[in-house]
Amino acid sequence: MYGQAKEHDHDHDHPDFLGHHWESPTQQFEAGKFGMWLFLTTEVLLFGGLFCAYTVWRSNHPELFRYGSQFLDTFWGATNTAVLLISSMTMAMAVTYAARGKTKAVIICLLLTLMGAAGFMAIKYVEYNHKFHEGFYPGLAFYEEPNASHLWQPLDETAVAHLAHDKTMDMDESNLLHAEALVRAELPEAPAEAVTWNKAVAGPGPGGLTTSHEQEQLAEFTAFLPEAFLGDNEDIAGELEFADGHAPGEAPHMAHPLQDPVRPVNAQKFFTIYFMMTGLHGIHVVLGGFMIIWLLYRTIRGEFSREYYTPIDLGGLYWHVVDLIWIFLFPLFYLI
Amino acid sequence: MSTTDTPNMTGPAPVPDNYLTYSRGIWSWLFTLDHKRIGLMYLMSVLGSFFIGGIMALLVRTQLLVPEGLIMDQDQYNQVFTLHGAIMVFLVIIPSVPAALGNFVLPIMLGAKDVAFPRLNLFSYWLWMTGALMFVLALFTGGLDTGWTFYTPYSIDTGSAMGGVIPALTGAFVLGFSSIFTGMNFIVTIHRLRPPGMTWFRMPLFLWAIYGTAIIQVLATPVLGITLALLVVERAFGIGIFNPALGGDPVLYQHFFWFYSHPAVYIMILPGMGIISDLIAVHSHRHIFGYSFIAWSSISIAIFSFLVWGHHMFTSGQSELVSVVFSLITFSVAIPSAVKVFNWLATMYKGTISWNTPMLYGMGFIFIFTIGGLTGLHLGTLGTDIHLHDTYFVVAHFHYVMMGSALIAFIGGIHHWWPKMTGRMYNENWGRIAFSLVFIGFNLTFFSQFMLGSQGMPRRYGTYPADAGFQFYHVLSTAGSYILAIGFFITAGYLIQSLLGGRRAPSNPWGGRSLEWQCTSPPPHDNFSEAPAVGDCYDFSVLRWDENEQGYVWRDDVAHPGSEDVS
Repeated sequence: MYGQAKEHDHDHDHPDFLGHHWESPTQQFEAGKFGMWLFLTTEVLLFGGLFCAYTVWRSNHPELFRYGSQFLDTFWGATNTAVLLISSMTMAMAVTYAARGKTKAVIICLLLTLMGAAGFMAIKYVEYNHKFHEGFYPGLAFYEEPNASHLWQPLDETAVAHLAHDKTMDMDESNLLHAEALVRAELPEAPAEAVTWNKAVAGPGPGGLTTSHEQEQLAEFTAFLPEAFLGDNEDIAGELEFADGHAPGEAPHMAHPLQDPVRPVNAQKFFTIYFMMTGLHGIHVVLGGFMIIWLLYRTIRGEFSREYYTPIDLGGLYWHVVDLIWIFLFPLFYLI
Repeated sequence: MSTTDTPNMTGPAPVPDNYLTYSRGIWSWLFTLDHKRIGLMYLMSVLGSFFIGGIMALLVRTQLLVPEGLIMDQDQYNQVFTLHGAIMVFLVIIPSVPAALGNFVLPIMLGAKDVAFPRLNLFSYWLWMTGALMFVLALFTGGLDTGWTFYTPYSIDTGSAMGGVIPALTGAFVLGFSSIFTGMNFIVTIHRLRPPGMTWFRMPLFLWAIYGTAIIQVLATPVLGITLALLVVERAFGIGIFNPALGGDPVLYQHFFWFYSHPAVYIMILPGMGIISDLIAVHSHRHIFGYSFIAWSSISIAIFSFLVWGHHMFTSGQSELVSVVFSLITFSVAIPSAVKVFNWLATMYKGTISWNTPMLYGMGFIFIFTIGGLTGLHLGTLGTDIHLHDTYFVVAHFHYVMMGSALIAFIGGIHHWWPKMTGRMYNENWGRIAFSLVFIGFNLTFFSQFMLGSQGMPRRYGTYPADAGFQFYHVLSTAGSYILAIGFFITAGYLIQSLLGGRRAPSNPWGGRSLEWQCTSPPPHDNFSEAPAVGDCYDFSVLRWDENEQGYVWRDDVAHPGSEDVS
């Protein structure tokens, strides 16, 4: 029973796949499964910290989450949910076929699962790319100059004087953007050394638009900006707080150096937690993809049989948990 | 390691094929899957870190000899005490007993050939090495001066906190996963690899303690991981979760951090308690008193550990109701801790105590842990904590528990299992001398800090007022730390000497009954050449001293229990 492992490696009761310290394949299988469940517990706890942060932030700033979530594309989110659910199904099928010893079916199912993982990441790439294009970066970069628009150029002293002088404009809900667009349009080319937009000097706006050139500039500027910046979303317009406490639709008086006059205070928090949670989940999907490739390699080499398919079974467990986490992420960010 | 015989050695002949001689070459160690070799590599790495962390401690103590500070400026002092804390916590105490001694002893005690997942075990060691290197990297990227707790908002302020914060955080993150994998391995091993006859309540109490520890490692460490990840992102990108300037909440960081780090305190002390349970019983040659109480107290400490984190934040502005609840639960941790202490004392009562070095460390543990535990009640009391918070009283308290208890148990455990690990006996007289120095030095160092703290000396300061009456206690404390260091250097000396010229160890030098004393010293590669006999591991009446063997052997007139227990 406790003989040297080397001598027992090729006994019929101690097959190749059985580690030298195990008595039977069943013992090894059950231990592997137990270990995997423990590992998945730690994964759930790892995400648990982020779900906890989400809860704290959301209960502190519900309006920021309602504001931010409208920029997420529910269509792509739902598509990704479907992709992951289907890949979970093909993974489960792979496990079932492995238990029956049908190697070809296992390979097909694993390939389909791998395609699901790749498809999920492709869609995530599209979504992330879109967010970055709109300037929705996590953290402080959120407030830096979006590269999408040449209109976001540094203010110089002339512009500041202009802003301070002309306060006659009648305030409609989009006059802030009028002001912005107007100032931008009147500005000369930005000096090379002035690299950051000085947010601290955005003051009360100037008068209405006069020339068609300015209207064109405004159209371009507002086309770049998401809807809610125009204050169309009545539901949250009353709750959002802007720098220095101005209401949506009013011009800001003075912006905090870190805060954008046209985006609500701390709006970056929603995108931060969005990128943190979906990003960590994405890393898990990528790792899952490598795991599936490894399982495919071992399946094609014929290492698995009806008697031994533990890695496929455990890989399936991991994949279902990655899927399950997304099932929680999707409604938390896209739907509510 | 050489096994050539020299004439002056007595005792049994060495085992021809043991785990040390099973294969040769550096690669056979670095990529070994043998839990004993991995345990030994952990032991050497942990002791190396202990040396570095100890040097830092001596620098801190030397600095505080005079009020204006003797050898460093303030920035250097901040770095030195931070590194002392971070190294001792993350690189020394947390992996000391579970990863080093646990890896070596646990499968053998259990009667298994290895841990459940040997590859994961090796991976976990390399994660530990990676984490340690990240700490070194932190030194070269600007240093670390945040204190080992990385409290926000200081740690995320790139203007004031030094540049090594992100590498150090990443290192702690990686070390956390090393700890998680070790814990997972032990839980599965204890559940699935117990041989026939080894029931839950026949396990040595060390295994119960390691089991409780592993539960904490698996359930608490992931939360630390995500907390440190959030902190890295906060510092790198300014996401505003912990930074009040961006609408974040620094107290949220404290909640997240202590949700892990309070249970981590029990990751440090529980395995130490497990070692002591075995040391006291074996060296008193008396059946452990209240086995199931000690076993369950380990599990209940593991559960309580998750419910007391708020007592680190009595002065951080959490609600009064929350503080009262946390204070109450904190007091209840005293119950399972006291259950252990009383059971150890009852085990020693009317026992036949051998005054071996491991037993001395065992008794030293009981003395020091009792002081450390009781002073914890001062800090758990809301009123006194307001006065004592962030003073040397806290420093003294957690050194009594972390250093005087956890590390003393670790060193006691090293002495206890040294013959088993190396196959050599160390010099018992030098062991007793070194223990005396360690015990006296430790109490001198840290008891004077209780005085300092109750008089108001704040922690983490590199200087102090000359007229506040602090200097007397600081000088006492520094003198104690030097005595402590001499004790440790003597220990290192005679242990290394034992490797070179120590007497060959018998299978059972102390008279232990748990399974590791049934295999040869050092154990063979597969631990047991035949099925071990599982019986009551605290029934020492079946053993007798054998003069030829220079160790304990089975009594001839008592039947071996193996035949009836192993099917």
